[in-house]
Amino acid sequence: MADSVDTTLYKKEDALIEELGYDDHFHEHHHGDKYQASFITKYIFSQDHKIIAKQFLITGMIWAIIGAAMSVIFRMQLGFPEESLTWIKPLLGKWIVVDANGVGTLDPEFYYALVTMHGTILVFFVLTAGLSGTFSNLLIPLQVGARDMASPFLNMLSYWFFFLAGIIMFISLFLNTGPFSGGWVAYPPLSALPEASSGSKAGMTMWTMSLVFFVVSVLLGGINYITTVLNLRTKGMSMWRLPLTIWAFLVTAILGLLSFPVLVAAFFLLMFDRGIGTSFYLSEIYIGGQALDHVGGSPILYQHLFWFLGHPEVYIIILPAMGLVSEVLSVQSRKPIFGYRAMVLSILAIGFLSFLVWAHHMFMSGVNPFISNIFVVFTLIIAVPSAVKVFNWISTLYRGNVRLNTPALFAIGFVSMFISGGLTGIFLGNSALDIQLHDTYFVVAHFHIVMGVAAFFGMFAGIYHWFPKLYGRFMDETMGKIHFWGTMIGAYVIFWPMHYLGMVGVPRRYYSFDAYQAFSDFDEMNMFITVGAIITFGLQLVFVINFFYSIWKGKKQTVRNPWGATSLEWTTPIRPGHGNWPGKIPSVHRWAYDYGKDGKEFIPQITPLAEGEEPSDH
Amino acid sequence: MSAETMEGHAVMEEQSGKLWSGGKSPFKSSYGKLMMWYFLLSDAFTFAGFLIAYGTLRFSNATWPVPDFVFSSFPFLKGTHYPLLFVSLMTFILLASSFTMIRAVQEGKEENKSGIVKWMIYTIIGGLMFLGCQAWEWNTLISTEHMTISTNPFGTHLESGVYLDDEHGHAYAAAAERETFDAGDSYLIHRADEQWLKRRFELTSGPNTGQVSQQEFGPKAFGALFFCITGFHGFHVFSGVVFLILIAVNVANGLYAKRRNGYEMVEKIGLYWHFVDLVWVFVFLVFYLL
Repeated sequence: MADSVDTTLYKKEDALIEELGYDDHFHEHHHGDKYQASFITKYIFSQDHKIIAKQFLITGMIWAIIGAAMSVIFRMQLGFPEESLTWIKPLLGKWIVVDANGVGTLDPEFYYALVTMHGTILVFFVLTAGLSGTFSNLLIPLQVGARDMASPFLNMLSYWFFFLAGIIMFISLFLNTGPFSGGWVAYPPLSALPEASSGSKAGMTMWTMSLVFFVVSVLLGGINYITTVLNLRTKGMSMWRLPLTIWAFLVTAILGLLSFPVLVAAFFLLMFDRGIGTSFYLSEIYIGGQALDHVGGSPILYQHLFWFLGHPEVYIIILPAMGLVSEVLSVQSRKPIFGYRAMVLSILAIGFLSFLVWAHHMFMSGVNPFISNIFVVFTLIIAVPSAVKVFNWISTLYRGNVRLNTPALFAIGFVSMFISGGLTGIFLGNSALDIQLHDTYFVVAHFHIVMGVAAFFGMFAGIYHWFPKLYGRFMDETMGKIHFWGTMIGAYVIFWPMHYLGMVGVPRRYYSFDAYQAFSDFDEMNMFITVGAIITFGLQLVFVINFFYSIWKGKKQTVRNPWGATSLEWTTPIRPGHGNWPGKIPSVHRWAYDYGKDGKEFIPQITPLAEGEEPSDH
Repeated sequence: MSAETMEGHAVMEEQSGKLWSGGKSPFKSSYGKLMMWYFLLSDAFTFAGFLIAYGTLRFSNATWPVPDFVFSSFPFLKGTHYPLLFVSLMTFILLASSFTMIRAVQEGKEENKSGIVKWMIYTIIGGLMFLGCQAWEWNTLISTEHMTISTNPFGTHLESGVYLDDEHGHAYAAAAERETFDAGDSYLIHRADEQWLKRRFELTSGPNTGQVSQQEFGPKAFGALFFCITGFHGFHVFSGVVFLILIAVNVANGLYAKRRNGYEMVEKIGLYWHFVDLVWVFVFLVFYLL
């Protein structure tokens, strides 16, 4: 493997960078004062993209554990509704109601709060900030050949706005009236009327505040990512030579930049409805027989504005994972990515189409069926670029020299999940089938597999693959493989049966099914899913242990390009300092996927074309 | 923002080669200006969200107040016979401030410090005048005409008819004095002594001819949308004025003269200012013209 690579290779590389690289006189200036003067500027209010990436990652991991633990609690309610939950009372307090026999039951209101928080946390804090925040920050400057982000200061602010959003959301968990409980989509009137439920009181106010700060974070980050990719590519790094990771992060950032502002507009109107008596989303509502003052508003309007963000949001989640997987698959199977240009064009196509499909979340909300038809067509068209990507990943693996290590396994697992979840998306994109399937466990299964588990797999592939770049050590392979196989099997154990629940019509978001004779047949299946969920959750702790163990005790990285990859991040020192390259910025002479070319296993991007060599990127 | 990296980028931009081949900005523009453009793009989507909400709610209501009727007051002039005159003045002031901003940026290109400060001060005055006008307009709507975010006293008649009460809410003494109105006519429900004076009328056309009813409030959404969207725009103008003041002070202190990219900050706030003007054109269009 790569450890055996002669270190003279790196001496040659350094000589290449010195000879052909670009001298920006970066190291002639004093950066010490600003970047590493004290512990605080170096590790806390850091402006270095690599530190900010770690901040996003670890914050995301903390949120992932909280969010996943919530799902375990509500899964226990669904799988074992009769069991006593008294043992968890020390953690949840008054939300566990203990009756005279000492049997503790989860408060139904809190069940909804758990479901809502699980969705909000996972979608926004983990799979948006934790995924795109981490890897865009880590990889964009390193892979395009830049010293740092365009604006390191705004980049730092981006993290701290995310942190602030997290703090507000965290505090809302401990409110006397409970956190928001109206679903992560926060549809009015439930979210707009404080009297609608106890979670709609202060919990909803803090939820909205938190998400507005979150959007500020996304925009600050996104503006930076786009500008860095477009403006700060090193000499020779044309757009067609960018690794697919960068293309994915670029399109992700563009989607965020165009869709999150609309969510902010929706939230402002929602806040006005809640706080100052306007009626943007409210009309003809009776509470306890009393008509409210609100007339003339439209709850469907909120849904349009929300899903105009909400649909691009699922691509904001999955595109970075696709980019990471493309890179990992190519590197670990020692083959150029199959159909590079098709991959780029399909990312662009998915990005473009993602803005034209939002109303497929609203087929059953009372929108005009003719309008639904248009959205069905666009939704099904998205399957085309998605399928292009899937075929290209598989073709990349085909006859490759695949190293079946943890990053590669997770990347392959991603493809499996994306196929399984993608196929059910075609069912749901059909407005006629949606009459039966909407709001059932079929939907839950679909989106958890295709954008939950798949995105997580992409993230895991990325973490295992770039861990050496983050911490100069490797993660433990044995624990990694246990983590992979456990999660792979676990994810299917949890979500595969949910398709059956959904097809027979078991509705999602129900606290209990006692009142429905028809659904009691599925008690065992629910039990099975819950057991799977608990075990799979336990396996994620293996990952967490592996992660923190490896930071300090993992196998040391001894060579700077352990995977034998071509891209620029592996030409930096094992522990790159501020500015990434100790001398000049390398210049780029070829695309990022010269693997197995002209009898060489790989040719780094910094290597000029040999005499008579044809470039692979044209 | 690190001046060092900025310098590095600037040098890279000067290198020759193909536009997109790396090592320079494909748009021949600094990263700072690009970031401002991207911010403005995202902000445009926020406003678009609001304006789409406006369109949705407006067209889901049977009637909508007529701008010529609603916005027809002018300070110091008696009565309400000046449709859109005041808002035209406001718009003129804001667009004029865009012109002065262009002049400030031009002076910046020529590195003429006193010229920049002079034209920026004119721009700031323009911005403040616009905000003052908006304050007057809001004040008139709220305290004189009693429109709020939840009550809209501007209604529209759906059928023609004849008023039974006069403007003060008293029944007409003689039938000959009765005021008539046509379908589509606008009215403003007056308020006196904490009471809404909803004039009674008798319909003279349509299927309900002869029916006696009274004036009803117009669509609630009108007031809410008006205050929300013009308020959000006004907040942008206000933030712009604050930044203009800060940057003008920096220019006067010679802060930018030392910088490699010179007065680029003036250009960036200029981009923002023109954007705010452009958004106003759309707000003006939907609230006042359509």
